[in-house]
Amino acid sequence: MAKKSYSFYPGCSSQKAASASNYLTSVQSMCDVLDVELNEIPDWNCCSASIGYAGGGELPRLALSARNMALSEQAHPGQDIVATCAACWLATKETQERLHADEELMKETNEALAAAGLQVKADQKVRHMVEVLIEDFGYEELGKPVKKPLEGIKIAGYVGCQTNRPFGIAGESFENPKYLDKLVETLGAEPCENYEKKVQCCGGALAFSEPEKSQELIKGIIESAYDNGAELIVTPCPVCQMNVEVYQDQINAKYGTKFKMPVVYYSTLMSVAYGKSLKEAGLDGQVIRAKQLEEIAKK
Amino acid sequence: MSDYNQQMIEQFRGNFLKEVESNVEEGEWVKMCMQCGVCSGSCPFGPHWAHPPQEIFMMIREGEREQVLTSDSMWMCTSCYNCIVRCPRGLPITHIMHGLATYAKRLGLAPKEQPTAKFAQLFWDNLTKTGRVNELKLGLALYFMNGFSEGIKTSLKMKDIGLGMWKTKRLNPMEMVGGHSCKDTKGLQAILAKAQEIEDAKIGRSGA
Ligand code: SF4
Ligand code: SF4
Repeated sequence: MAKKSYSFYPGCSSQKAASASNYLTSVQSMCDVLDVELNEIPDWNCCSASIGYAGGGELPRLALSARNMALSEQAHPGQDIVATCAACWLATKETQERLHADEELMKETNEALAAAGLQVKADQKVRHMVEVLIEDFGYEELGKPVKKPLEGIKIAGYVGCQTNRPFGIAGESFENPKYLDKLVETLGAEPCENYEKKVQCCGGALAFSEPEKSQELIKGIIESAYDNGAELIVTPCPVCQMNVEVYQDQINAKYGTKFKMPVVYYSTLMSVAYGKSLKEAGLDGQVIRAKQLEEIAKK
Repeated sequence: MSDYNQQMIEQFRGNFLKEVESNVEEGEWVKMCMQCGVCSGSCPFGPHWAHPPQEIFMMIREGEREQVLTSDSMWMCTSCYNCIVRCPRGLPITHIMHGLATYAKRLGLAPKEQPTAKFAQLFWDNLTKTGRVNELKLGLALYFMNGFSEGIKTSLKMKDIGLGMWKTKRLNPMEMVGGHSCKDTKGLQAILAKAQEIEDAKIGRSGA
């Protein structure tokens, strides 16, 4: 297959020494195998996720994503914009939709962008990395580079909210998306197909401001993974990953549970299966170590 | 209560639905709600909403301005988008919740000690300063937002989490002094200022 190039929006949490820096590491390893070139949007800014609304009104929030699209159009014309973070993808795609649905908003947004000498058409496709994998490669292609099948590992596919709603991945349902399960199978591991909390909300950004309420949700997400025999949880979203992984000690202290469930990205699984090292797969970034994956990576 | 609030009360003369339609993000959709209740059963923080979305839409129509705008319900929205994909009328409920929260805050009516309102403001301040979110400063500001002694308690509770993330190189103490930023912060801030100016003019709010 020929090299594929995309205009890449990495997002704040992927930055060096930020909470999802290990996500980016594994994405780069995975793309290296798949011959995917990610061209970072120069000087991109934060999308304000779903939580900017207390300080920023509608137009300022749209302007944030519009600036990213404007910079992308300038630097990487003809390429699709690809985001790895669910919130980044959603914010950018929503902005694109709104600008095209409402001429006045488009005009006002461009008026705002002009303050920095920019303008936007918002006509590049905005995609999540998972869409690229499924649509531009497909499971069969993704299975070809597998060197070390993840045999014998039972994995719960936790899709979460924002990679799934309101846009989701084409051909998948909102209530029971199956792409993570299919991907897990493609890599030689065993999916927990009846994992009923796969689209349950983890609290998102409110895990910070409403920790008790969110941890109650997170507890259910992990419990159900154990009930389904999972040894690992896999997710496509950096917010889900962090929320489900890092509060387990606090949840154990409060509820008397004994959770110690590793939570990894699809790109972590793929990097390991493609024969990348522990470090290249971002496994050294796990707060709860994924021992089985480490063993395979070391083989 | 702010002058802006007074001004809006006078301008809309008790027609709260009309006020929402003109001043709240996606507010023109509210009248389309057919009160089926599907959205209210969809919120992950369900039991914590004093007024779930369906009820809020009804209250808007009934002109219960103050009860809606001073409520902390909208601040319970986790942006899970369950409601949006299920609503038979296609209301952009998530955005209306965000819009109501934004508007309540501008009017000076949002509950003062609401943790998500505070956090969301911190997040915005943090990102508009440098163009990118600095997780450490945001985290520290968050833990100290309720005052110094509360902050120490929260920080201690969260210390193991921070330590775990620092050890795995997912939290950078150096962000305190420098940290991530986009280059053209001036340009970004000029864009945001202009966007704010256009929006303020539209909803009759100047420098409030
Ligand atoms: S689901 Fe839609 S129509 Fe039904 S109550 Fe909620 S907003 Fe109204
Ligand atoms: S997006 Fe907000 S309003 Fe809609 S179901 Fe989720 S929490 Fe409720």
